[in-house]
Amino acid sequence: MIKKAFLGLSTPQINYETLPAHLPETEKVPTPKVITLYHPKNNDNNIPSTLSIGDSVKTGQKIALYPDEKYYVISPISGKISSLSPYTGDFGKNYIAITISRDDSETFDDTFQQKRQTPSFELLTEYLAGAPGDPPLDTLANSNGQIKTIVIRGLDPDPMVDTNQFIAQSQLKDLEKGIHILKEVTDVQDIVLFTAGESVQGYGHIGARVAGVKTQYPAALPPMVMKDVLGQVLPAGKTCEDLGACFFSAEAVISIGSAFESGSIPTSKTLTFVKKDGTTKIIETCIGTPIRNILEAYNETVNEFDRIILGGPMTGSAIYTLDYPVQPDTDAIIVLDRENAAYTSDYPCINCGECVRICPAKIQVNMLVRFLEASQYEEAVDAYDLNSCVECGLCSYVCVSKIPIFQYIKLAKYELERAKMSEEANA
Amino acid sequence: MLEKRDMLEQQTPLGQKKLIVSHAPFFHSGRSIAERNYHTMLAALPALLLGLVHYGMPAVGVVCLSISTAIIWELIINLLTKRAITIGDGNAAWLGMLFGMLVPATMPWWAVITGTFIVVVIGKQIFGGIGSNAFHPVALALAMMMLSWGSLLDFDAALLNYDLEFATIYPLAAVKYYGVASADAFSLTDLLMGRQLGGTGSTFGLGLLIGGIYLMLRGFIRWEISLTFLAGIYLTASVFNLINPAQFAPPAFHLLTGYSLIGAFFLATEDSSSPVNFVPMLIYGAAGGIMTVLIRNIGAWVDGVILAILVINLISPLLDKIRPQALGKVEQDA
Repeated sequence: MIKKAFLGLSTPQINYETLPAHLPETEKVPTPKVITLYHPKNNDNNIPSTLSIGDSVKTGQKIALYPDEKYYVISPISGKISSLSPYTGDFGKNYIAITISRDDSETFDDTFQQKRQTPSFELLTEYLAGAPGDPPLDTLANSNGQIKTIVIRGLDPDPMVDTNQFIAQSQLKDLEKGIHILKEVTDVQDIVLFTAGESVQGYGHIGARVAGVKTQYPAALPPMVMKDVLGQVLPAGKTCEDLGACFFSAEAVISIGSAFESGSIPTSKTLTFVKKDGTTKIIETCIGTPIRNILEAYNETVNEFDRIILGGPMTGSAIYTLDYPVQPDTDAIIVLDRENAAYTSDYPCINCGECVRICPAKIQVNMLVRFLEASQYEEAVDAYDLNSCVECGLCSYVCVSKIPIFQYIKLAKYELERAKMSEEANA
Repeated sequence: MLEKRDMLEQQTPLGQKKLIVSHAPFFHSGRSIAERNYHTMLAALPALLLGLVHYGMPAVGVVCLSISTAIIWELIINLLTKRAITIGDGNAAWLGMLFGMLVPATMPWWAVITGTFIVVVIGKQIFGGIGSNAFHPVALALAMMMLSWGSLLDFDAALLNYDLEFATIYPLAAVKYYGVASADAFSLTDLLMGRQLGGTGSTFGLGLLIGGIYLMLRGFIRWEISLTFLAGIYLTASVFNLINPAQFAPPAFHLLTGYSLIGAFFLATEDSSSPVNFVPMLIYGAAGGIMTVLIRNIGAWVDGVILAILVINLISPLLDKIRPQALGKVEQDA
């Protein structure tokens, strides 16, 4: 846990760690007997009959439950479907959880292998949307040519997470290939890779511009990258896509590269595993592996009321069950002892101003939080710049009253979005 | 909190581990309100201890009564309003201690209890509790006491029967009523070392400075406010002193007498009644210092710190409108 320094004259700093020149080895977690995949679900209440329990799937086989929709998952193992059940994720997103029991022998699906000789954007969206690193191909497809720049994250937005930094430095060949493919199949010619300031050297000719960002959190969050690397300040309420930039994780680009290089769709997810004692490991595991299996592989015991966090400590999300599987975008798993986790309180704001001084977006958080506590979201947007928030969580991190400010902000944005949607639906 | 969780733990069937789900961020800097209050009390302790040595058991009595009644008033309000008990955060104790430090050692018991009533109930809880008070509760209480029972806060009268080893006259009153020449009775070293009459905890200049520097370095108070407050006093007093050295005391004298130092480090810096942005903090502190000397030199009151602090508390919300532009703010033209 990162604590404030004894002296507090300046605002506390949370720094990104840069990996040593001699990269650590990844450790492979064995593929478990049973894996779970989350297939996006439409509003239909029934589980579609395109797949039923007992069906066999091959490694690399595309599973699309709705013939009319573009959703699909790629099976990372060969086996039989053992269950299909609805699942509701964060922010009410609906999925169908597909559980697959692994067979002893592995058979491969070679549809992609045959098609890969002629790379096209359609091929990407048809097979690689769920690849490790979660390439935002949908965003690219829906942008109507608006996207002018692809930004590749060579540094993870959260501190303590080393996944993309590691993979960008260790798999340069696939990265180069991925960039090449992206240039070939999209109209986007400007590709920028950003990484921690001092490690800009050593990338050589990968076919993309390489830029360094500060090693202090939140320099790797998209709005800060837009400002520091692309020189464009994100106007309040706009997205990076509106300004013509689309963010790819390095792993996503490498997945694309290695898919075309090897002919098989990658299914192995690299992630940072932080144990309770704070030691960090970079591990590789098959997408769909339940968190429980990873914890067991490292003899990590979880007690009552500990927290398991997917993603980084500042912007990640906590899960409630150890059966939750590794997803294409799970860049880190942090096991947090209950004694070390941050608790919130219902104390009011005492106006100490710590949040105002640390806010990278220069928002008057002390005033904003008063509006948010009273659910006055419209006023919060108009008078106190809710939409300028870059969602770094530093305000909650420093709050002496331990107000869940970041949660209030996310809730406000979610509620405003919902109100907007229902207004549009009723218009 | 922990006991509640332990109870839950026992009810959970074996094998099913319950995890806590919460929103990001999962780390916290570790700072808390209680830490702020207890460290502020710690920083004020050197100045208070010397005062207790000077004024003996009556002072101990006043300070103890002040701290304890402040806590009791807070507890009573907590119980009456059926809200969580907040005496553990140290805020009431700190306010009581500060009140005890500012008043003379001989203040009668009923006045102390009334004072802490104003501090905790009228100054803080009526506004909605911690963080909601528009004025520094102690400054408000002291101003009301000054208007209601001025003689109790007249240090010369209150401490008349003390036989101390230094000039037993309140320096600011001496200068106001007997002219600048009487300031010569106090060397700067005397003032710095607390050999002057005043509130129990407000005379030991060096102790207050050490406490203030500690608080600024640890980030418990905003240095911008304290330093500009002192600069405001120094510069304004210098101007007066340059214009008429025979009538107005030199700036260093103003810095080390009355409530100047305790005001700069412990009164003006109170969180909820002071601004948080950089430029407003500078204006706020400087305005406080300027007002202090104006009241002392051309006003009716002997010391101006308490009233000056109430005035700057009043303008604090306005000052905080001077704020940096948020990232990507879209200007809406009318």
